[in-house]
Amino acid sequence: MTTTSPLGLGTKPRKARPSTSTGRPVWMGPPNRVLTAMRGLILTIGCAAVILPFLAVVSTSLATQAEVTENGGFVLLVREPSLASYQAILSGGVVTRALVISILVTVVGTLLSLACTIGLAYALSRPGSLGSRPILLAVLFTMLFSPGMIPMYLVVKQLGLLDNLFALILPVLINAFNVIVMREFFLDIPDELMESARIDGANDLTILARIVLPLSKAVISVIGLFYAVGYWNAFFNALLYISSPEKWPLQLVLRTYVVNETPMGVDQVSAGSDSLPPQLSIQMAILVISVVPILLVYPFLQKHFTKGLMIGAVKG
Amino acid sequence: MRKGSSPAATTRPARRPGQTLARWRRDRLLLLLATPGVLVVLLFHYLPLLGNVIAFKGYLPFLTISESPWVGWDNFEVIFSGDPLFLNALTNTLIITLIQVLFVFPLPLALALLLNEVISERLKRIVQSVLYMPHFLSWVIVVALFQQILGNAGMVNTLLREHDMTTFSIIGVPELFEVLITSQVIWKDTGWGTIIFLAAISRVDTSLYEAAAMDGAGALRRMWHVTLPAIRSVFILLLILRLGDALTVGFEQIILQQGAVGATASEVLDTYVYNHGIVGGNWGQAAAVGLTKGVISVLLVLGANKLAHKFGERGVYHK
Repeated sequence: MTTTSPLGLGTKPRKARPSTSTGRPVWMGPPNRVLTAMRGLILTIGCAAVILPFLAVVSTSLATQAEVTENGGFVLLVREPSLASYQAILSGGVVTRALVISILVTVVGTLLSLACTIGLAYALSRPGSLGSRPILLAVLFTMLFSPGMIPMYLVVKQLGLLDNLFALILPVLINAFNVIVMREFFLDIPDELMESARIDGANDLTILARIVLPLSKAVISVIGLFYAVGYWNAFFNALLYISSPEKWPLQLVLRTYVVNETPMGVDQVSAGSDSLPPQLSIQMAILVISVVPILLVYPFLQKHFTKGLMIGAVKG
Repeated sequence: MRKGSSPAATTRPARRPGQTLARWRRDRLLLLLATPGVLVVLLFHYLPLLGNVIAFKGYLPFLTISESPWVGWDNFEVIFSGDPLFLNALTNTLIITLIQVLFVFPLPLALALLLNEVISERLKRIVQSVLYMPHFLSWVIVVALFQQILGNAGMVNTLLREHDMTTFSIIGVPELFEVLITSQVIWKDTGWGTIIFLAAISRVDTSLYEAAAMDGAGALRRMWHVTLPAIRSVFILLLILRLGDALTVGFEQIILQQGAVGATASEVLDTYVYNHGIVGGNWGQAAAVGLTKGVISVLLVLGANKLAHKFGERGVYHK
């Protein structure tokens, strides 16, 4: 299991204490200037190491041939932004197709993953339901032992899924960790709510749809986002199971044209454009396109995991 | 009412056929909901587990697993007789694990302690947002970024060349491969790794710090005597989990960069299984290596957990 889910322990708000105007508690005493400066320096370097590469990549993707040549490669601040690279890769061709495939796999995969995870977690959260004990143990065991690459490949092959986009979805449909987190969340919903619904004649399905799901929007959206990021970023499964280039998701295209730097010709970009934007700009534009969806969902993800929503993951 | 007080939950019902039937009828909707998930777990976790039987078979792609001849422990010869390619992969894996446990593992803790000292909540949130972000990028993107920034034709070297300074190369140099992938792991996951420590630190009662300060403890001593003890068990838990992964080092990350430095410098156990088995067609041998690796990983987690219990820690699970 890869560690994409936070093992947050839940945060407890700190009590209000007498403090100075900066929010610094009085008992801390005056700040040590040298330490504060060093702290600021380290954090600034850390943030710059994350932000600067992105700035360079976005700028270069917007640069024209003249600017790229003038700078001998990268452009940190672009003077005349041009969208030529984006036009070239988004008007049909390899990247456009890969983008459509990646979006398709991410959307379908996330919906299926959520449906299966919710169903399983809900069944496991009802105490005393038939078979819940052995099923829970079976799910937990998958976290301890991974079956290995070769048998996995053979199973996918035997199921006839090789070179099929479902091979990117089905093997990773259920993440045990997410099932456990969601089950813990469902367990925390007060029983009285469900019991009163049951007395009114609701069955398990109605209770799930009318009571449990509306109360669990936050956990469902976070786990959904984690699944989505996983599908979007998946590279290894595509490498293993997808052989035809016309079925490549974006990550494989990114590897071929950006990491391995296979030049993109007119055939790979759009039909009909005779003067190509600089190769480097095209590469950077592909990179930007594959990062942007992550950046778009990131604030939502971040909002939830800093709140310490993933409670109980280590309750065991 | 069902949680705790329902008879089915508290007392184990006698296994009478009539009762199972009644429970079956009561829970049929729940079972229906669980079925897709259970099927996926069976098909893609337990069926492959059984598929490991090919480690004991002379598997050929045109035969089915059951038709392939039984060869016993022959496939494990690569491990026990020390095939040089296998040994190379094992050595690289262990070296990389050692480097990463020593240099990467403690970094999130240090960063968390640093962030904890930032008083302004606003500033802290902004810094956290920036530092967590790389965790969500795929390895392809991270590797591409590193190439574009640090490669021979990359941004930094272009700048150095322009100013007539000596350039440096870290990408595509076999001797520096460990340094390269370690720095990539640091860039990608150090920020993310702080979350669990920050959560543990935030649960420390502030009055403990206040009391320590009253007794004359400075910032460093407060950290040593209050903060660190509070996060010890989380630290040990993570160390155990890391030990379980001792034989697993970034498959995607390494396979992406193998072309540039060659197999001798970069082959690890997972890439060996891929290259030797799926690319090279030695299915049985590769499965044998994968199976051995899986078993050892489980033993490592169990062993480390036992050790943690000995030292009075809670560990990953407890009895």
